[in-house]
Amino acid sequence: MTKMENPANFSRRSLLKTGGALVVSIGAPIALDTVLGIDAAHAQASGTKPPLTPDQLSTFIAVNGDGSVSAFFGKMDMGQGLFAAIGQIVAEELDVPFKTVKVLMGDTATSVNQGGASGSTGVQLGGKQMRVAAAEARRVLVEMASQRLSIPADQLTVTDGVVHAKADPSKKASYAELIGGRYFNVPLEWNKELGNTLYAPGKAKPKDPKDYKIVGKPLPREDIAPIVYAQTDFCTDVKRPGMLHARMIRPPVAGSTPVKVDEASIQDIPGAKVYLEKGFLAVYAENEWNAIKASQKLKVEWSNVQPSFVEQVALYDHIRKTPPRKHQDEGKQVGNVEEAFRTAARVVEAEYEWPFQSHASMGPACALVEIQDGNVTCWTGSQKPHFVQNGISRTIDVPLDKVHVVWVVGPGSYGRSDADDAAMDAAVLAKVTGRPVRVQYTRDQGTGWDPKGPASIHRARAALDAQGNIVAYEFVSKGFSRVDVNTNGSQPHDTLAGHFRGIALKSGDNFGIPGESYEFANKKTYWETIPPLLDRASPLRSSHLRDPVGPQIHFASESFMDEIASTIGVDPLELRLRYVKDARDIALLKAVAEKANWQSRPSPRRDQTGNKVSGRGIAYSQRNGTRVAIVAEIEVDRTTGKISVRKFTVAHDCGQIINPAGLKHTIEGNMIQGMSRTIWEETKFDTKNVTSIDWMSYPILDITERPAEIDIVLIDRPNVAPSGAGEPSMRPLSAAIANAIFDATGVRIRRVPFTPESVRQAMS
Amino acid sequence: MARINLDVNGKVHTIDADPDMPLLYALRNDIGLNNPHFGCGLAQCGACTVHLNGQAIRSCVTPVSAIGTGKVVTLAGLGTPEKPHPIQKAYVEEQVPQCGYCINGWVMTAAALLNEKKKPTDAEINNALTGLKCRCGTHMNIVRAVKRASEMMG
Repeated sequence: MTKMENPANFSRRSLLKTGGALVVSIGAPIALDTVLGIDAAHAQASGTKPPLTPDQLSTFIAVNGDGSVSAFFGKMDMGQGLFAAIGQIVAEELDVPFKTVKVLMGDTATSVNQGGASGSTGVQLGGKQMRVAAAEARRVLVEMASQRLSIPADQLTVTDGVVHAKADPSKKASYAELIGGRYFNVPLEWNKELGNTLYAPGKAKPKDPKDYKIVGKPLPREDIAPIVYAQTDFCTDVKRPGMLHARMIRPPVAGSTPVKVDEASIQDIPGAKVYLEKGFLAVYAENEWNAIKASQKLKVEWSNVQPSFVEQVALYDHIRKTPPRKHQDEGKQVGNVEEAFRTAARVVEAEYEWPFQSHASMGPACALVEIQDGNVTCWTGSQKPHFVQNGISRTIDVPLDKVHVVWVVGPGSYGRSDADDAAMDAAVLAKVTGRPVRVQYTRDQGTGWDPKGPASIHRARAALDAQGNIVAYEFVSKGFSRVDVNTNGSQPHDTLAGHFRGIALKSGDNFGIPGESYEFANKKTYWETIPPLLDRASPLRSSHLRDPVGPQIHFASESFMDEIASTIGVDPLELRLRYVKDARDIALLKAVAEKANWQSRPSPRRDQTGNKVSGRGIAYSQRNGTRVAIVAEIEVDRTTGKISVRKFTVAHDCGQIINPAGLKHTIEGNMIQGMSRTIWEETKFDTKNVTSIDWMSYPILDITERPAEIDIVLIDRPNVAPSGAGEPSMRPLSAAIANAIFDATGVRIRRVPFTPESVRQAMS
Repeated sequence: MARINLDVNGKVHTIDADPDMPLLYALRNDIGLNNPHFGCGLAQCGACTVHLNGQAIRSCVTPVSAIGTGKVVTLAGLGTPEKPHPIQKAYVEEQVPQCGYCINGWVMTAAALLNEKKKPTDAEINNALTGLKCRCGTHMNIVRAVKRASEMMG
């Protein structure tokens, strides 16, 4: 058995052995056990199925004819091991072997909208729901066994999917015998919410963590071997009979539209055709290579528009000077900051800058849409397929219930990437051609036109008294919005297909504040957002990129704590411990310091001469319940400006750990991607367009630049509900590196990325 | 269009194709091998890597007419769960991939390296793998897997 079922080949009914029995509807499934007897109340007759709504146990859990379990999950695994983690949670609560659980994800026909991959909530919120659903399934199955065996439920237990008397294991009934092949007919208490906050528990109480046998074990991911042996189809690999290949044509100057399209320019390419609708321009052909050639040869005259973007060198000044569209106080505002600054003995101030960054997924987005008899099917790598379902319905004007979206693993996804755009483009083209259409973007579109992580500046200031105590603290972020386009493609005003076809952008406002537990007598935190540089289809539209705005904010806030520490000549760990008040944060900081053998002294070191100097830096942050502290030990080559990481020590507390092996891999990936964003990544642009459009112009961390070592301390808290792990550990990383550079060199770097050139310049 | 014979994973396929078409599209669309993947079309990332006569090449920039009688091996032809190449076995044991889309580059390049030299030095591993891309950041795992495979090869 495998955790990974190819969703493209999956239909729920095929999983369940149908008995050919007469379909019996038993009506509303409320409290029927008093009327019909437990068996009829808890299990639907073969072949019939309660509605796919969150208030039905059958929506989440099914026991198949062979006793295996299917878990239907409305979130997605982006490669961080959720197939294993959710399988473990379900197997644990049901008391079945891990290997008998299949987790089926992201198919709108078999799962409800649990928010997709979003905010590292796969375990935190998605797993929470699967836990209570599996617990309820076990409770119901034990009740059914109780009736069948005429033994009170409290005298029964479950071992490997077999309910048996505690006193006499020979008195037993297996899950397969009790319900195998039929659906649960059990209501759940749904909170009436969809998305991340969906919650629908039953009557059962989940297990006490002290009884766990499967949760907490480092079980391997079973979806890895099929990838390694080339047996996994990605969203790029789905094919349909009669399928057309399409490529999109994007304007060379952002904001311009096609004035004249010379179809004769591609007439010698067999089957190549053009589709033009306002600014939406595509070529397509039966043969993929012909579609690619057509996209390269098509002659287009574009409207002459005034370039929209500022010069890149003026980006941060633009952010600084532009009046905010929205000002938002956020977090606990304490005391009177202005008054405290007026009477301060000393004020420390600093400003930090973070560039636009790209998702730069391994492959540009790809989607396939087929419309048959009014029924639309979309295969997409989007991490939010339930929202894509809404988006397609609105984009091509078909009823929602006629749209079926199947998530198929894509070429990497780290937030609101280009995947949702590709799905909408394919839907438009499938509708106008009447054929299945596969749209794959080009590399320059994948890196150039994906939604960007927003550029921002961050100002921090602290008021110190005569003894060097921090008496007031203010932190403000100002930048482009994290929801200039929204975090999913459910609305045409948030996708390129919408924009290019004339739907106006509805730019939203959101940013964020530092996640920490520093307590100061006076504290103020807020953010401000400015409008996008271009109010329509834009390669600089901003949205969610992994740990949205977290790396930006904490680069600034945790660098600033070090600036205060060095100002007053205090060890940076010691300064943090003076003001951090949360007990878990304190334990975390002490754990990372102990593991890294942290020696107390102020920064910078002043004992080094020579070209290569080394230093250490610390930073920590919270993210929705998870806490991460990092110690970076680095070396700086003063001639080249190149930074080498000797060691990252990471302490990670996300409450209860489901799978420590998967967690460590997730943390490592976060560290490498975070290091890449810190040292190399910056979206480049001129006044006309984004100019970083491939791996040469948008470099990421090379394997030869990997840290020499990553040492991870996992703090397991079995009795604390698990929080997320997919993003938090990249959050304090940039500051840990910046603080280590300062320790090594005495030079404070306040702008990302720390390329060799920028580090060299900073030191000169 | 031209009639072209391609020896892929030990079997000769005859296709009709534009001679300038990159091998990648012949493998994916004419021969039906979903690996390798399109990543950039610029030979910058490695997602399309296959072996040509044992050497790792980027199929996204190699014209199909340039293959001649050369023997092409894709990830699917490198090994199977029953008879894996050591780097594949090590990749599973080290649980390397996250999204997994980049896998052809790393596995095919490492396999070519290890087939040439069972015990590469750290510098040789770096030299072979530099330039390949993994966006999920599995760098640490990749190197662990190459070293594990090297140990398996005795």
